[in-house]
Amino acid sequence: MSANGKLLDVQHVTVEFHIGGLMGGSLLVAVNDISFSMESDRPAIFTLAGESGRGKTTLSRLLLHDLDPTRGKVLFEGRDLATIRKRNDLKEFMKKVQPVFQNPFETFSPLRRVDAYLFDTALNFGVASDRQDAARVVDGALRNVGLSLDEVSKRYPHELSGGQIQRVSVARSLISRPKLILADEPVSMVDASLRMEIVNLFRKLRDEQKVSIIYITHDLATAYYISDRIAIMLRGYIVELGPVEDVLNRPAHPYTQLLKESVPEPLPADRESWAKHIELGTTEVKEYGREGCKFAARCPYVMDICRKADPPDVLVNQQTVKCYLYT
Amino acid sequence: MALLSVNSLCAYYQTELYGISRTVRAVDGVTFELYPNEIYGLAGESSCGKTTLIKVISGNVKPPLKVISGSVDYQFGSYAVDMLHVPKEDLRRNVRWKEISYVMQGSMSVLNPVRKVIKTFEDIVETHDQITNRREFLEQVTAHINRLGLPTEVLSSYPHQLSGGMKQRVAIALATLFQPSLIIADEPTTALDVVVQRGVLQMIKDIQGASNNTVLLVTHDMAVHANVADRVMIMYAGRIAEEAPTETIFNAPLHPYTQHLIGSLPMIGERSNKAALKGTPPNLANPPSGCRFHPRCPYAMEVCQTTVPDLVLVKQRHRVACHLIKEASA
Repeated sequence: MSANGKLLDVQHVTVEFHIGGLMGGSLLVAVNDISFSMESDRPAIFTLAGESGRGKTTLSRLLLHDLDPTRGKVLFEGRDLATIRKRNDLKEFMKKVQPVFQNPFETFSPLRRVDAYLFDTALNFGVASDRQDAARVVDGALRNVGLSLDEVSKRYPHELSGGQIQRVSVARSLISRPKLILADEPVSMVDASLRMEIVNLFRKLRDEQKVSIIYITHDLATAYYISDRIAIMLRGYIVELGPVEDVLNRPAHPYTQLLKESVPEPLPADRESWAKHIELGTTEVKEYGREGCKFAARCPYVMDICRKADPPDVLVNQQTVKCYLYT
Repeated sequence: MALLSVNSLCAYYQTELYGISRTVRAVDGVTFELYPNEIYGLAGESSCGKTTLIKVISGNVKPPLKVISGSVDYQFGSYAVDMLHVPKEDLRRNVRWKEISYVMQGSMSVLNPVRKVIKTFEDIVETHDQITNRREFLEQVTAHINRLGLPTEVLSSYPHQLSGGMKQRVAIALATLFQPSLIIADEPTTALDVVVQRGVLQMIKDIQGASNNTVLLVTHDMAVHANVADRVMIMYAGRIAEEAPTETIFNAPLHPYTQHLIGSLPMIGERSNKAALKGTPPNLANPPSGCRFHPRCPYAMEVCQTTVPDLVLVKQRHRVACHLIKEASA
């Protein structure tokens, strides 16, 4: 157990990439001064949402210790990820934090049986001592996701449906009994009729297995359905963070308001409000490189100060909002 | 007068390798019509035959895909085209892009990465006409993209300089250059986030409203259909499950599959439990007998396992294929 009761603590993390040639080029700040934390005694689903090209993939690589931050710290159970260098430490860390990827058909090699991955995970992490023991562990993990070893053994990825194979992918991540699962767009490649199956599964894992989940998505409707807290990202910043009911029912940041308005509702009667014309961002690099608030060019409430300096974080009701409107 | 009439179309993928023959019945007995001046939504999960249907109606049938039976007839004003028998050269010069254009899913890969956008416009125009006056051509293209709300700089940019939403809108600008009668948009917003998706769909709607042509919008996202389409067709395993005006599909769906699809849509502001459909999508190489939905249907009866339900007209413009539903008495 960590000292401060936090499972994951991200402190003022910034990641910069240099783009362009050796001599010229520019600096792209993919993740900009981000802080958030997750409690260790209360399993929760935390959603990271926003537009594409907003640094969510960089952030997920950071949390998986695949990338070191340029500035700032990521603490997992009180330990700075940058100090994890030894093989055994890394293995311990990987046991506790497991990923689920976007496209299940790319996660697994088409030439390898899917159960091989499950056995490898069980044996490599030392969860099971031999194959027989591993079979028990694998079967247990598969049962958690509503499958069984008999159903998937000796089968290749193409023999399973999208929903099934994504559940196998979740089962694989459960084998090492992780504390945190990082799911990067886990439902965007899954069929509509099977999407709810995966989303319901995450809910079940949180409630029954006490696993915390970071759910990265652009689908606000499923985010609202399963998550406890949500962070809205824009061009590397978290612009709004708080309980999901507050953020999505009463969005405070103008960008969150636009985002929420843009989600098409499955109600043909309200199509009028959705049809109101909107302004789109120009090219991505332009918006990343802009001084001040990245949303200033599209914001209906823009003030002079917004174009000059980064807005501060302000507490509005339950949510933290990065906007000058509330200062 | 229908713009497009598709009549009991069957298109299968037939392969024979090392003496093993395999038939995938991707489109199996599909009948529908498209009218001028409407946005027609086509929905269904992946591998239910949506893309195959589009391939056939856009005249893009290549082995192993084969049209087994049925007809695809267009009526562009006074110009009639039988899509299954039109000569290739005619198709290329007079039909494609002039009458039917196609906006693809990954517009990122539509544009040539090493050529400026304007060059792609030139290539397309030169397939149909000779460009005699370059300045006049440039003026026309500029006017066209400005009308669609795109900045002129786009033309002199390389694709990597544009954002995903901008590239998708350039692809739409390309598709509407000749004012086609039918625009087929295959999952035009799947790779985009919600704000950009809204912008792109609004653009498609505006174009349709301005030129009164027909848009066939294919997407699995029911919420998009709710906001954009006039009529919606739900496909399941290569067949039409239900077809109705958008309000009817959302407010009074009759087919159990449609009912589940609508009922399971998550919405902001509502957190009640949504059940997932049990079972898995059928394999079209070996589809279930009778109604292809019966293994997953909560109301399945004996007749469903043996007999294929007919697509019946229950009321005006509302067709359903289910044994539970009786035809409206004439």
